[in-house]
Amino acid sequence: MTSKSDERHFELSINGNRHRVTDSYPGESLLTVLRDRLGLTGSKGACEEGECGSCSVLLDGNLVCSCLVLAASVTNCSVVTVEGLGGSTDVQTAFVESGAIQCGFCSPGLIMAATNLLERTPEPTVDEIREGLAGNLCRCTGYGRIIDAVQVVVQQRKNGRS
Amino acid sequence: MPVAHPRSIGELTELLDEESHTVLLAGGTDFMVGLNHGSTRLAPDDLIVDLRLVAELSTVEVDYQQQVLRLGAGVRWDDLLTAPIAEIAPCLSQAARTVGSHQIRTAGTIGGNLATASPAGDGVCALVALDATLVLTSSRGQRTVAVSEFAIAPKKNVLERDEFIERVDIPITEGWQGYSKIGTRNAMVISVAGVAVVLSSESNTCRIALGSVGPTVILSTEASQFAGTTINWEIASITSADLETVVEMTRASATPIDDHRSTAAYRKHAVGVLTKRLIEQGLTTLRKSL
Amino acid sequence: MSDLDIRESVINGGLGQSPVRPDGVAKAEGSYEFSSDLSADNMLIGKTLRSPHQHARIIRIDTSDASAMTGVHRIITAEDVPGKATYGLIASDQPVFASDVVRYIGEPVAAVVADDEEICSRALEAIVVEYEPLTPLIDARLALDTDTPPIHPDGNVIREQNVICGDTTVIGDIVVEDHYTIGMQDQAFLGLESALAIPDADGAGVECHVATQWLHEDLGQVAACLDLPESSVRLVLGGVGGAFGGREDISLQVHVCLLALATGRPVKMHYSRSESFLGHVHRHPAQIWMRHHATKEGKLVKVEAEFVFDGGAYASTSSAVLVNAVTHAQGPYRCENAEVRGVAVRTNNLPCGAMRGFGVVQACFAHERQMDLLAHACGLDPIEIRRRNAMSTGDKLITGQVVESVAPVLQIIEGLERMPFPDDGNDVETHPYHRPGGAGNTTRASDVRRGVGYGVAIKNLMYSEAFDDYSTARCTLRDGVVTLKFATAEVGQGFITIAPQIARTTLGLEDVALESIDTGVGSAGSTSASRQTWMSGGAVEAACLKVRQLIFEHVASSTGSDPFALVIEGDSIVNTATGERQLMSEVVKGLEFDEEVEFRHRPTVPLDENGQGACHTAFAFVGHRAIVDVDVELGLVRVVEVSTVQDVGRALNPLSVTGQIEGGIAQGLGLALMEEIVQQDGRIMNPSFTDYLIPTIADMPPVVAELIEIPDPQAPMGAKGVGEPPTISSTPAIIAAIQDAVNQFGAGRSHLTRVPIRPSDITEALNSTRRD
Repeated sequence: MTSKSDERHFELSINGNRHRVTDSYPGESLLTVLRDRLGLTGSKGACEEGECGSCSVLLDGNLVCSCLVLAASVTNCSVVTVEGLGGSTDVQTAFVESGAIQCGFCSPGLIMAATNLLERTPEPTVDEIREGLAGNLCRCTGYGRIIDAVQVVVQQRKNGRS
Repeated sequence: MPVAHPRSIGELTELLDEESHTVLLAGGTDFMVGLNHGSTRLAPDDLIVDLRLVAELSTVEVDYQQQVLRLGAGVRWDDLLTAPIAEIAPCLSQAARTVGSHQIRTAGTIGGNLATASPAGDGVCALVALDATLVLTSSRGQRTVAVSEFAIAPKKNVLERDEFIERVDIPITEGWQGYSKIGTRNAMVISVAGVAVVLSSESNTCRIALGSVGPTVILSTEASQFAGTTINWEIASITSADLETVVEMTRASATPIDDHRSTAAYRKHAVGVLTKRLIEQGLTTLRKSL
Repeated sequence: MSDLDIRESVINGGLGQSPVRPDGVAKAEGSYEFSSDLSADNMLIGKTLRSPHQHARIIRIDTSDASAMTGVHRIITAEDVPGKATYGLIASDQPVFASDVVRYIGEPVAAVVADDEEICSRALEAIVVEYEPLTPLIDARLALDTDTPPIHPDGNVIREQNVICGDTTVIGDIVVEDHYTIGMQDQAFLGLESALAIPDADGAGVECHVATQWLHEDLGQVAACLDLPESSVRLVLGGVGGAFGGREDISLQVHVCLLALATGRPVKMHYSRSESFLGHVHRHPAQIWMRHHATKEGKLVKVEAEFVFDGGAYASTSSAVLVNAVTHAQGPYRCENAEVRGVAVRTNNLPCGAMRGFGVVQACFAHERQMDLLAHACGLDPIEIRRRNAMSTGDKLITGQVVESVAPVLQIIEGLERMPFPDDGNDVETHPYHRPGGAGNTTRASDVRRGVGYGVAIKNLMYSEAFDDYSTARCTLRDGVVTLKFATAEVGQGFITIAPQIARTTLGLEDVALESIDTGVGSAGSTSASRQTWMSGGAVEAACLKVRQLIFEHVASSTGSDPFALVIEGDSIVNTATGERQLMSEVVKGLEFDEEVEFRHRPTVPLDENGQGACHTAFAFVGHRAIVDVDVELGLVRVVEVSTVQDVGRALNPLSVTGQIEGGIAQGLGLALMEEIVQQDGRIMNPSFTDYLIPTIADMPPVVAELIEIPDPQAPMGAKGVGEPPTISSTPAIIAAIQDAVNQFGAGRSHLTRVPIRPSDITEALNSTRRD
């Protein structure tokens, strides 16, 4: 059966919780709804066209730019944002400790992307890290410490610490 | 202003038949940019039809009997990177790998890329070279259109209001194929110039398609035919003089413009170089398997 | 004092270590509040109406339809600015809203405040502005023409500054010259402009939370425009998502405060990416001519140069940027004679101002390309020409200023020479990122030429030309906890990491807290000019030293010891006369001190008309070696590696220094290869991240960095600023490396003179030869 959802009032499943969205404008992105309607400001917006990756979230386990997702179209999906990671995953800790964070605006998106990359490719080569994170712009770090952070996680997981 | 989630081709067809103001959502990586920036605005009576749950649209079918690979229009870039597509249509797979980032390849679909009708569409360029055909469906039935005939101008295609792209049929052929694209950085870039070359050692033909050098993706017909007839298929070789002619014909078929991404002159130069390299690379590979 | 403690005293998180950022965890978990994340109850949204014309007279503004729209609260224009109608960092020449004339596409004309963003957008569309187009001044060179009508009451020339020294009639045995072009670069910080203004309950004042580089400068400018005393305006640093110079000028600060005061409700403004390109200043595009004279042995004898900087419609910091360019024209090389002419002009293009490297980026690109030309003409390699001319401490600059800073230029050059080459000669990697063209799969191994190039730079630190440059910090000791208060804008660089490190090492106490960064304390100056480690670091150190002195005096008087015999070692206080030591955390129990310090660097002087004078405070030096693979036929480049040797004085936090170096090189690489705001008739053709390209992780090569740590006697803690140098000479090093690759197709190929270099510049160089 074709299901139809109202585009202004709908429910989303985010980080395991159902959230009611009301009075959304037609065409609002998932990013806008997360930030402006639900107060989940961990996902950042820096381009609103899928170029910077700051708004990366997991949609049914897939990494997407939430700015390119029509919010009202994903009522039947499970969304995980940076807030859903819990705050102290090994990826997050490695980013903090490796110097991968400066201004930090790109960090939530990069952490989502790195988390997803390591799920898909548990032991990525440097090239695979680069290809996996190419959709996340960082203007501060020059990426060196970001690659380092991902490699730290890989090493820790191999050593059984996570 | 609801969002509809049809789950089958039947439901989708019916919906498009009944509703008059429909907007198809096929991944959203292009469509949402317009909405976010205000260049696209939805009318109050628009019905958004999200194609994501239409089961048939995400199928991949390899039919060796008919020698055809059938891709549902909802197949995502990410799905094109792996077998069987990477083996049967490697130039499509290579094109998919150049599209945006992992985030974009996870969401974007081949049908969306086609419908957007951009001359820079990486997938479109590969599909034109592959001589792929689209199956367009509506309640009035199905029709087929060559991918090379589908886009008629930037952002304009031949889809009727109640029609949708159901699938892409790609002929399976022995031979070699490749896609190359120029951008001014090493990832995440819109094509400044792109070339797809398909060499069929079954039919002894060559098809050369060019992206970003005209209002739509261009099939370099003359260059393709000349290459097809001047390549010595038995030894997989072409004389350098003939190859140079192919390159010149390719350049002649391009009608690029100057814009903020590059110049017309560079684009013409680039499609020639890429065509030459792809044909050389293809013939070298074919020679090894002789 | 307690018994002698023989263990080695250390302080966790002190100087020289790399403790993690205090805001790191919050940033990683997404709970850190950037200015764009702020909200308040009852909050409204503001948006700016901008000029669609490059140059036009405003005939009429009709806001009646827009004002009548449901959800629209107020629309303001120039008429609604109660105080000063203009603002500006050096000259107050930029209108809060254009009233009579608009001078660039994107200039603010009005602002609307409404219930939400969507209503704002619709209201902006409903505002009618009637313009009479005027002839735009597009070409910076035309601005110099006396026949060109002035586009601003202050005239078209923002500043002319020459530097003339020595014997300008000298002619070298060898003379090389060329014209260089630098495109307009954007800071492209990820966190877009955003602010939240909250009016006081009585409407007599306002509090503005804003992402800025300089709270007190904003305060002064905002209060003047609002016609409020500075005591009625409070600025609080909102979380800053990068800055790089682009937040030194006012953008939305005045507008958002005006809207909040007009409505009596909290108002938030937040730019989109495309608006951001219009809303802040950019790196100046520059036209530079240089002629270098040398002896046959390659000794520099004279530098001639002409700089034309396009400042755009308003002055911003153009005059200071120009001074940096003309005073750095010689580069880090000895030169006794110079004739350097420079001008920064006004045009109807986008306003330009501060960006990391501030005028020196442009000068360095030209002088380093010239050094390579000179090397070639003298038959020397690029290292040797630089070695023969390297300046050192005590040398006199073309401004007559003596370099008092540690100047390890020779060590830098020789360090670069010693750097091993990457061992990837047999690189059989099939991943497309290992070839020029990257993911595009364009290039075969046989299409690639490898090139190597060098760049070396000198960069002034802190503000120049007699500017009263100071920073304020307060150190409070209570309950064993050190609390620091300063207004230093943390923009990502990590001052909030090193400030506690300074306190820990100075006081021997681990527990350091930071107060909110706001205007509740004296100015810290700007987070720019590589100055905060020196200036605010110096202020924090000085405040902590004052507290330490009070502690010493207390200890001395209560134990009868000599206060001058007391020192801090790690976490302990040590009496050097007796060898007694005690944990500082024990010593300070019950003690309370509170000290505030204004820290100044030594005075500087303005340049005279011939550009003479000790106008700069101090200098840092850096060198880069770039290794590139070039697909010359297609003009595509892959940077394989960038090595650098940088004079840092002392690395107070080595991990932060690494971060500045790698991040700075990424921006230098961006300018070299891809970053340019392309304007056509004043309109930005690429105002998005789809078309304004900044380096991705796939573009950025590994960086090999060697630090020269010679503590500078003039610098607090010996540490020089490290932020700008990485951006400066990395750009010419990359271009030189590309040139090296192109030259492998035969000597005499065209000299590469433009950044960003475009693929077509490379393919054209391959097919053309140099004139001289």
